Amino acid sequence: MRHDVSILIIGLLVVLTTASIVAAILSARAPKPLSSTLVNLTQRINAWWVMVALMTVAFFFGRYGMTILFALISFASLREFVTLTHTRRSDHWVLLGMFGIIIPFQYWLVWTAWYGLFVIFIPVYCFLLMPAITALHGDTERFLERIAAQQWAVMISVYCVSHVPALLTLDVPGFEGRNLLLIAFLIIVVQGSDVLQYIFGKLFGKHRFSPTVSPSKTWEGLIGGVVSASLLGALLSFVTPFSPLQAACVAFVVCSMGFLGGLVASAIKRDQGVKDWGHLIEGHGGMMDRTDSLVFAAPIFFHIVRYFWTV
Amino acid sequence: MSKLALKTFTLLQTVTSVGLSALAWVVTGVRPIWNGSLPSDRQRIYFANHTSHGDFILLSACLSEKERAITHAVAAGEYWGKSRLRRFIAEDMLSSVLINRQWTKPEENPIEIMLSVLDQGHSLILFPEGTRNMTEEPLLAFRSGLYNLSMARPEVELIPCWIENMSRVLPKGQFLPVPLLCRVVFGAPVTVAPGEERRAFLDRAHATLLALNPRPERDD
Repeated sequence: MRHDVSILIIGLLVVLTTASIVAAILSARAPKPLSSTLVNLTQRINAWWVMVALMTVAFFFGRYGMTILFALISFASLREFVTLTHTRRSDHWVLLGMFGIIIPFQYWLVWTAWYGLFVIFIPVYCFLLMPAITALHGDTERFLERIAAQQWAVMISVYCVSHVPALLTLDVPGFEGRNLLLIAFLIIVVQGSDVLQYIFGKLFGKHRFSPTVSPSKTWEGLIGGVVSASLLGALLSFVTPFSPLQAACVAFVVCSMGFLGGLVASAIKRDQGVKDWGHLIEGHGGMMDRTDSLVFAAPIFFHIVRYFWTV
Repeated sequence: MSKLALKTFTLLQTVTSVGLSALAWVVTGVRPIWNGSLPSDRQRIYFANHTSHGDFILLSACLSEKERAITHAVAAGEYWGKSRLRRFIAEDMLSSVLINRQWTKPEENPIEIMLSVLDQGHSLILFPEGTRNMTEEPLLAFRSGLYNLSMARPEVELIPCWIENMSRVLPKGQFLPVPLLCRVVFGAPVTVAPGEERRAFLDRAHATLLALNPRPERDD
């Protein structure tokens, strides 16, 4: 095993173990029955153990593991997204196509590193053909709402998510064979930022960032989380092609995007009158509750690396 | 039936039920919400809204392996008894109870057939709308079976179960399911009140089931 990989894994284990110990101490000291926040905290940490374990397994299977894992994440996210939207009987074939054709084809493009089609397949071909199929079915009831929701669903859950494994297709000079670490960097920084925003928000949160969209997002959480996650990015520069300063800047950009992703996801949930996207991950909610920040961060990270670091 | 045939038969039913439950989970992530009742191995009639052939698969996927083995869906004999293949699927693989809605002979009396299953100590899954609901209405009026069964066997619990989203997963006339998240909400048992009229009870059971829908379609 490579040195830097070992350090990453040991680091994650130390963080998770510390989190579990802290949660156990807090729970032991707290009055019984435990508050919902504490119960939820323990559930979240336990789910993190599972998620980190799954990511690590996928990591060791390399390109296969990552492509399959993110295709499954797309499946789970798309399923949650489409469940929340208004669908009609006449949408059946378009919906089937989203799951049965768009997801496999987009990940096949990732697998074969066909960049030219990878970036336009969904925003050009699917975005034009999906409404065309819907129109051909002749059902115009809430037409614009339906096609808009379908497009945004594949955009978020398939197109954006597929940019994570697509990082493996980039040729960064002097970084050959280490692209998996770009994925590790992106995920650790973005998810780390989510966790740090949660911690800073719980400890110091006073001023709501956007009360109409999300009650849980505060300025204190945002600033504390994004700044500390940027520092985390600088610390992790040893696994990237970036210098520490560059890593901090990249981390700052992707964490800011991640925050916006969470905000947009909250707005959609509020509009649809639900608290969580689903119930796949105990304590967190659905898959989209975990990936909302990643979907906004991944394409930007991909293009930053592609523009500045590839030939 | 010989011992071997019986064993094969049970194995077929177990494999089918485990396989279908796993499939239901992969496609719909199905999850039970116990909202007024709890999982139990006591004898029950689960009554649910009906929009799709997948409904009873989803409902039984929410039950434990043990309960599933003694719980039978009541299905339309006119449809499932039509060919040998359909009958094999319905009776032998899914262990459903087939009843004819247009019955003539006394031995075809649906209530008698359902009572005979209850008398073996087994549970039923019943769709009191009597047919798959293809209208814009969320729930059609109930037929009388639920009332008659409850009058005849008052000790059997009637559990209302709202099956969410199945009409979107597998609309009528479609064969391939769209993966969408589904939940099954199990409500508090309904009983016929002393002296309650047939229609009054059926309407009350109808309203109780409808009230379980966690996400009624919004008017917008």
